[in-house]
Amino acid sequence: MSDLRELYQEVILDHNRRPRNFGELEPPCSEADGHNPLCGDQIRVYVRIVDGKIEKVMFQGSGCAISKASASMMTDALTGKSVQDAAKLFEGFQAMVTSDMDATVGDEMGKLAVFAGVREFPARIKCASLAWHTLQAALKGAHEMVSTE
Amino acid sequence: MSVAQATRPPKAPAGLTHAELNALRADFPMMSAQTNGRPLVYLDSAVTAQKPQVMIDAATRFYEREYASVHRGVYSLSQHATDLFEQARAKVADALGAGKDETIFVRGTTEAINLVAQSYGRSVLKAGDEILLTQMEHHSNIVPWQLVAEQTGARVIAAPITDDGEIDLDSFERLLTGRTRIVAFTHVSNVLGTVNPVRQMTRMAHRRGAVVLVDGAQAIQHLNVDVKELECDFYAVSAHKHFGPAGIGALYARRSILDAMPPYHGGGAMIRSVDFGGSTYLDGPARFEAGTPHIAGAIGWAASIDYLETLDRQRIAAHEADLLGYARDRLSEVENLRVLGNPSERVGAVSFFMSNAHPHDVGTVLDQRGIAVRAGHHCCQPLMKRFGLPATVRASVALYNMRDEIDALIDGLHEVNEVFG
Repeated sequence: MSDLRELYQEVILDHNRRPRNFGELEPPCSEADGHNPLCGDQIRVYVRIVDGKIEKVMFQGSGCAISKASASMMTDALTGKSVQDAAKLFEGFQAMVTSDMDATVGDEMGKLAVFAGVREFPARIKCASLAWHTLQAALKGAHEMVSTE
Repeated sequence: MSVAQATRPPKAPAGLTHAELNALRADFPMMSAQTNGRPLVYLDSAVTAQKPQVMIDAATRFYEREYASVHRGVYSLSQHATDLFEQARAKVADALGAGKDETIFVRGTTEAINLVAQSYGRSVLKAGDEILLTQMEHHSNIVPWQLVAEQTGARVIAAPITDDGEIDLDSFERLLTGRTRIVAFTHVSNVLGTVNPVRQMTRMAHRRGAVVLVDGAQAIQHLNVDVKELECDFYAVSAHKHFGPAGIGALYARRSILDAMPPYHGGGAMIRSVDFGGSTYLDGPARFEAGTPHIAGAIGWAASIDYLETLDRQRIAAHEADLLGYARDRLSEVENLRVLGNPSERVGAVSFFMSNAHPHDVGTVLDQRGIAVRAGHHCCQPLMKRFGLPATVRASVALYNMRDEIDALIDGLHEVNEVFG
């Protein structure tokens, strides 16, 4: 069962149980909805940008442990980051969860490295990346629904 | 008494012996497959059934030694293929209690329902007409009706279900009015396993002059279906849930209705004559079977029906009832778990929800132990909404499953509780 513990690390379970920055962010902010039609995961991400920096990012929705923890840890990781740094982190996250199993994970991923275990569970990659895709849409100010399909 | 009771074999107390079950499992190569380094525990037959070797052999033999198209050539090989294909039609018709001339080959249940909506529905529906469904329908028995409603100005209405997961018959009857033209509902719920009282519902609908389509996708694997006894006008099934190949299914259409239905697809094989001034079409099932059909699919399906006929269906039904009852009992031992619905008649499937773990997480934990279940909304979003859940886990059993596999499921669910606390 080592694979399972690799996926469901303690920090992921903790964020699943007690998601950070969970709730609605009061305006001014932009927001976007994300949806994984395969499993029915729904998420709304709110983001407030002040002077090119992410001042606050919050989320609401329902989903599995991986999608909830990923959203929660994303909000922690991005608060205070510049929009450019956020875009880099998004790219890094995508690369990490879709890379080969033996590829090394860069230090820049910080705590997000716990999601490297998702690589071994192809069916769950979309769960991990839903919040990130939705954040991208919110940053673009796009209001259309994001879908992982 | 409901129709389901009438169409199911009478109560047979004896299921299968250990030796009989082992012999039966040996007929299905996937029963000895491995996944994630563990023996496969396949509890997802409601999604698709595993295949007996005889079915695989029949389709392979056709491709290796008998392959030709049907209804085309004057040469013997093509005639032989046509014979096999039409024998398969007779066999499928017989399995449904239908006539050969009212059994149309389609890609599956989904296409069958779309065919009825677009051919029959589109030609009879007018603005203000109503199509009555139920809250427990699969998306494939909702969306085709929404499409034809948009095209014709008709309305789609859903009859409610009870907390036990049964149709609310009083509401269903009340929602049948002079405006109701088509009533479509499932024989067996793919999420709850509920067996609907089909004949009773059909009679209610017929009293209002409506035409009835029954979605038999989930029923065909577990019940002895007889469309004449059910009294419905249309009955839709998929071969792949009947231990046959994927990509083929059948639509039973009452002959008197079928004869008045316009074509659904246009093309070859459905033609009497084609002229740029206008074309005329064949009568009967052929009118709806444009193009080269899934010939090996039909032949394979016939082989699985032959296989099923070698089994004692009453004892199989008793075996399945034992498995489902055992699953229901053992699920009650698992903490943080709630079973969805409690229908008085259930076949095939049981759905549940764990308060501490999302269905997808449960599915992943089970998958690591070699256990295949369905996790998600099961293409039944309105039903999920009815129960206030985003998704559930569904375990479904078929004739080849055994109690040991239910035990494996329960062990896996205990692990879910260990991981998610």
